[in-house]
Amino acid sequence: MITTDIIIIGAGPVGLFTVFEAGLLKMRCHLIDALPIPGGQCAEIYPKKPIYDIPGYPEILAGELVDNLMKQIEPFKPGFTLGEPAVSLDKTDDDQFIVTTKQGTQHKAPIVAIAGGLGVFVPRRPSIDNLRDFEEKGVNYFIKDPEPYRNKKVVISGGGDSALDWAIFMAEDFASDVTLIHRSQSFRAHPDSVQKAFDLAEAGKLKMFLHSEVHKLSGNGSLDAVTVKQKEKEDFQIETKHWLPLFGLTPKLGPIAKWGLELEKNAIVVNNALDYSTNIPGVFAVGDINTYPGKLKLILCGFHEATIMVQHAFKKIYPDKRNVLKYTTVNGVNGFE
Amino acid sequence: MSKEIIAITVIDRAGTEQAIDLPTDMNLNLMEGCRINELPVEGTCGGMALCASCHVYVHTEDIIPLERGDDEQAMLDDTENVKPNSRLCCQIRITENLEGAIVELAPETNGGEEDEDW
Ligand SMILES: Cc1cc2nc3c(=O)[nH]c(=O)nc-3n(C[C@H](O)[C@H](O)[C@H](O)COP(=O)(O)OP(=O)(O)OC[C@H]3O[C@@H](n4cnc5c(N)ncnc54)[C@H](O)[C@@H]3O)c2cc1C
Ligand code: FES
Repeated sequence: MITTDIIIIGAGPVGLFTVFEAGLLKMRCHLIDALPIPGGQCAEIYPKKPIYDIPGYPEILAGELVDNLMKQIEPFKPGFTLGEPAVSLDKTDDDQFIVTTKQGTQHKAPIVAIAGGLGVFVPRRPSIDNLRDFEEKGVNYFIKDPEPYRNKKVVISGGGDSALDWAIFMAEDFASDVTLIHRSQSFRAHPDSVQKAFDLAEAGKLKMFLHSEVHKLSGNGSLDAVTVKQKEKEDFQIETKHWLPLFGLTPKLGPIAKWGLELEKNAIVVNNALDYSTNIPGVFAVGDINTYPGKLKLILCGFHEATIMVQHAFKKIYPDKRNVLKYTTVNGVNGFE
Repeated sequence: MSKEIIAITVIDRAGTEQAIDLPTDMNLNLMEGCRINELPVEGTCGGMALCASCHVYVHTEDIIPLERGDDEQAMLDDTENVKPNSRLCCQIRITENLEGAIVELAPETNGGEEDEDW
């Protein structure tokens, strides 16, 4: 059981900044995210796009903002459970909460801050009849760790950054045989990556099939082969134990909807006049996941909410301690040992 | 004089035709137009052709051209249920020329909320 002061569900920009503000008050945090990487929407949907409304930054790439936040919270040594969606929230007899992930990891704390954004990012699945039968049995939508694919024969589908980045990584002397399958001939990935993929194909290190898609899976219990449909050509089969359909992810509110929280249009209703608390005492919600009159789904607003929220979390954890606001300029940032 | 409000028809995912009014003077796109009319279009990426949550089928090609932008085409290449008349409606600007257009909302990715097994 992982124990901490504040369990933060969601490692998007708002969840990350919560660690900083909590750290200034000497509260420890542990972040849980369904994605294998921190950054939420900024990391998953638009890492290479510029944002123009972060105060003090005339322009910053979403990915850079995440890197900066990770650096900013480093002194507070947050814990991370990544690649695991939080599926349940339970109250204990000693007035604490236990948050459990789908994989069974348990976390215990007196305060839970939900910074779940638009919800859990889930894969955009292709429509193939028996797809579900092979999930985690040869078909994977996330690559948390590439090690299982070392020296293996791998087929990757998709035309975005993650499909190309992984195809390139694996083709560069990592996997033994890499095939990239894409529905058209243009890619929505960064032009440098597209060029690199074509160079690798030219050099015979990456097999590339354009205007093609996987439309059948076969195997006995686990994946043995994929069947590829090609425009104006005969179908053909590729024998492989590993197919990675990387068509991007889409957010779903998911498990949070069943935790007894008051919801309005897929968002958690909070008390914005005071502390961003939900209807469950000890559970707060900040960032895109919450709603109140006049709510704006902006990073800046989430940062503000997190800052206010941790002050109230502090009072809940330490009802007898008195606290005054201190400027970081005066005190600096004193992290944890 | 140019028209400030136009009317179009959106066929929702249950197959019901809904007549909606759209302002032409607010610099909106059709994804935003659907959202201000409370239709179930998420617009997750805010209209950057990065999410396909605003995928529609165009029933009036004479009014809404089927030509897609490069980013739009690339996103649709990674999307399910694409047909020749598919468009991402965040890439369609609302102007008075859209009067009388008919679009149909494409199915949600992964069949919506219920489909996940938590
Ligand atoms: C294309 C695009 C452009 C944008 N441009 C701007 C801009 O210019 N300025 C601006 O201010 N904002 C912009 N936004 C919005 C901004 O990205 C969001 O406001 C911000 O990401 C919200 O941060 P968050 O931390 O609340 O949530 P998110 O970034 O959505 O992160 C939430 C995280 O929680 C995780 N999660 C949810 N539920 C669970 C669960 N049950 N278990 C485990 N993990 C869970 C998700 O996997 C996700 O990683 C833009 C958004 C997009 C998509
Ligand atoms: S709103 Fe995201 S693609 Fe149109």
